[in-house]
Amino acid sequence: MNLHEYQAKELFADYGLPVSVGHAVDTADEAVAAAEEIGGERWVVKVQVHAGGRGKAGGVKLVNSLDEVRAFADNWIGKNLVTVQTDEHGQPVSKIYVEACADIDRELYLGAVIDRSARRVVFMASTEGGVEIEKVAEETPEKILRVTIDPFVGALPYQGRELAFRLGLEGTQVSQFTNLFMGLAKLFEELDCSLLEINPLIVTGEGNIHCLDAKVSIDGNALYRQKRISEMHDPSQEDQREVEAAAHDLNYVALDGNIGCMVNGAGLAMGTMDLVKIHGGNPANFLDVGGGANKEAVAEAFKIILSDSNVKAVLINIFGGIVSCATIAEGIIGAVEEVGVRVPVIVRFEGNNAKLGRETLAASGLNIIAAKSLNDAAISAVAAVGEQT
Amino acid sequence: MSILIDKNTQVLCQGLTGSQGTLHTRQAIEYGTQMVAGVTPNKGGSEHLGLPVFDTVQEAVAVTGATTSVIYVPAPFCKDSILEAVDAGITLVVCISEGIPTLDMLLIKAKLDTTSARLVGPNCPGVITPGECKIGIMPGEIHLPGKVGIVSRSGTLTYEAVKQTTDRGFGQSTCVGIGGDPIPGSHFIDILGLFEADSSTEAIVMVGEIGGTAEEEAAEFIQSNVSKPVVAYIAGVTAPAGKRMGHAGAIIAGGKGTAADKFAALEAAGVRTVKSLAQIGDVLAEVTGWS
Repeated sequence: MNLHEYQAKELFADYGLPVSVGHAVDTADEAVAAAEEIGGERWVVKVQVHAGGRGKAGGVKLVNSLDEVRAFADNWIGKNLVTVQTDEHGQPVSKIYVEACADIDRELYLGAVIDRSARRVVFMASTEGGVEIEKVAEETPEKILRVTIDPFVGALPYQGRELAFRLGLEGTQVSQFTNLFMGLAKLFEELDCSLLEINPLIVTGEGNIHCLDAKVSIDGNALYRQKRISEMHDPSQEDQREVEAAAHDLNYVALDGNIGCMVNGAGLAMGTMDLVKIHGGNPANFLDVGGGANKEAVAEAFKIILSDSNVKAVLINIFGGIVSCATIAEGIIGAVEEVGVRVPVIVRFEGNNAKLGRETLAASGLNIIAAKSLNDAAISAVAAVGEQT
Repeated sequence: MSILIDKNTQVLCQGLTGSQGTLHTRQAIEYGTQMVAGVTPNKGGSEHLGLPVFDTVQEAVAVTGATTSVIYVPAPFCKDSILEAVDAGITLVVCISEGIPTLDMLLIKAKLDTTSARLVGPNCPGVITPGECKIGIMPGEIHLPGKVGIVSRSGTLTYEAVKQTTDRGFGQSTCVGIGGDPIPGSHFIDILGLFEADSSTEAIVMVGEIGGTAEEEAAEFIQSNVSKPVVAYIAGVTAPAGKRMGHAGAIIAGGKGTAADKFAALEAAGVRTVKSLAQIGDVLAEVTGWS
C-alpha cells in the first residue's frame, strides 16, 4: 500500500526525522491559510499523488506569493497529474501539500527496500540525488552505495557513519545522517515497510541534513497489524474497478484489449493472457477469482469485466484444485442470467469436477462455448472477437 | 525414489482442527499420506479425523516421530508456527498459508539458514510425490507416478504442467510448489539441485513468473549444476509493468525481472523455454525424445 508524501512525512516527524513544516489541504483557501500559518515569503507547493516524477510534470512548484499558492491549488485540485510513473490518464489530485521552503546546498539520495535475492533489507545511498537516480543506477552503478541490514541485529550506527563518510558528509552532518539512517531503519521495521525513499535528501544552506521528499510503501500483508497505516489508505489513487474487485476478494487489473479473462490463480491468469496474445488476441484484463471462488465471486467478476465496454468476449479458464468447476458453472449460469451477458462466453474447465461443470453448462441452454482444451479456449475467444469486427 | 517426501514420510499438521486443515488433511489421508498427528494449542489430548491432537509440536514429534509438518494456520501466526516446528526438530516444513508479512518471512528465512530444516512455501500448493504422499491442497487425481520433476511458483500453473505430463503418460517424480511470495522458504535452485540428484527424475519442468530474479538465478545454477533436460515456462509476458512508486525497487532489480529477461537468461543457460502454456507437454516430449 502506497502512502502520500504528506502521510510519509507525518510518520517521519513522529520518528524525529528532519522534515519541513507543512500542511496537506483540500482547497485553495486552505492552501493560502496554510502558507500564512507557516509564515515566510517562499513556500513549496506539491500535488499529492501516488507516483514519482511529479516535479518534471509540473506538480511541484516553488512559489513566492500567496497568490501563487492560490493559483497552484486552483490549477491542480480536481485535475489529474500525468507523470512518467503513471498511465496516460494520470492520478487524481485531491490534496496539495504546502511546505516551508528549504535552501538546497547538495542533493543526495537515500532509499531502502527488501532485496528479494539477498533476503535482507538493503539501504541505498548516492551523492547523485534528484530526478535521474535510475539512470545513475544503470549507467554508473558504483555511485549507488549499499548497506545490508542483519535481520537479527538490526541496523547499526557504524553502517550509517560508513554511508555518511562515503557521501562526503562532514562534522555534525555525519551524526545527523546516522540518526536519520537509524530512525529510518526503525521505521521500516516497525511499520512493515516494503519501500522507503528520500529523493532528494538535502544538505541545507545551513549545512543540515533534511528530507525534502518522502515515499513510503507498506507491505499489504502486514496491514492487519498496522491499524494506523491502514487508515491512511487512499482508494482514489487506485483504479476504481480494482478497488471494487478487491472489496469482493478479486484481484483485477484493467488492460486495453477486448477479451475479458476470468481465471483462478494469478499465475494461470497471466499464462492465459499470454496465450490469448500468442493466438493474436488482446486481453482486456487480468482477473484472479482466487482459490475459494463461489457463485457470488463469479457474478461480481462478470460485472467488473463487463463494466469495460471494450470487452467483446469473455474467456473463463478454471483449473479446479480447491474450487469445484461445478460451483463455478452454477456461478457462470447465474451471472449470465443476472448480469445479462451479451458477448460470447468461452469456458475451459479442468480438474475438480470439470466434467460435471461442463455438463451443467451444456444443460443450461445458454450460449456458452465449452472449450475442448486450453489452446482451443484461447483460439475460440480470439475467433469470437474476430467475427464481430 | 523421489525428492523431499515418499510413502514413508510421517506428517503432522499444524492447524489440523481449522477448516483448511481439516479439509486438506482428510484428502491427504484418502490419498495415502501417512498423517500421524495434529497440533492445535489447547486441544491436546483430543482426536480429529482419527489423528491424535497435541498442544505443541515438541510433544507431537516426541510421541509420533513425525519429521514433516504441514501448516494451515492463519498468516499472522505462521512465523510462530514455522519456527515452532523447526525448533521441535521437524526437517521439512510445508507452509500453505498465504499473506505472511514479508518482514516475518525475512526473519524466518534467516533463522532457517542457521538450521538444517527446509521450508517449502508459504503461499504455495504444497508438495506431492504421486501415488505415495500428498502434502498440500493440490488435486491428487491429476497426478501420475512418473519421471518428470516439476517445480513452480504458481499453484494453478503447476496443475497445468502436471496435467500435460499426465496426459502424455510421463508422470511426475515429485511436484514442488515453492510459492509466489517475494521471500520463499525454498528457491528454484534448492529444488533443482534435489531433482538433479534424484534417480527417478529424468527431466525437469520449471514454471516461473514475472517479478524478482529467482528464474535468472535458476538459469545460472542450471548451467553449471543440472545435466538433466529442463523445460521452462514463464507467465506474465503480457502483464503490464504497473504503476510504480519511487525508484528503489527498479534500482535493486537492476532492470531484471521481466518475462523477456527470464526467457533470455534461461535460453542462454541451455534451457528449453516454452512460450505457450498449452505446449509444456509437447516441448518436453520433443526435448526428451519421449513419445
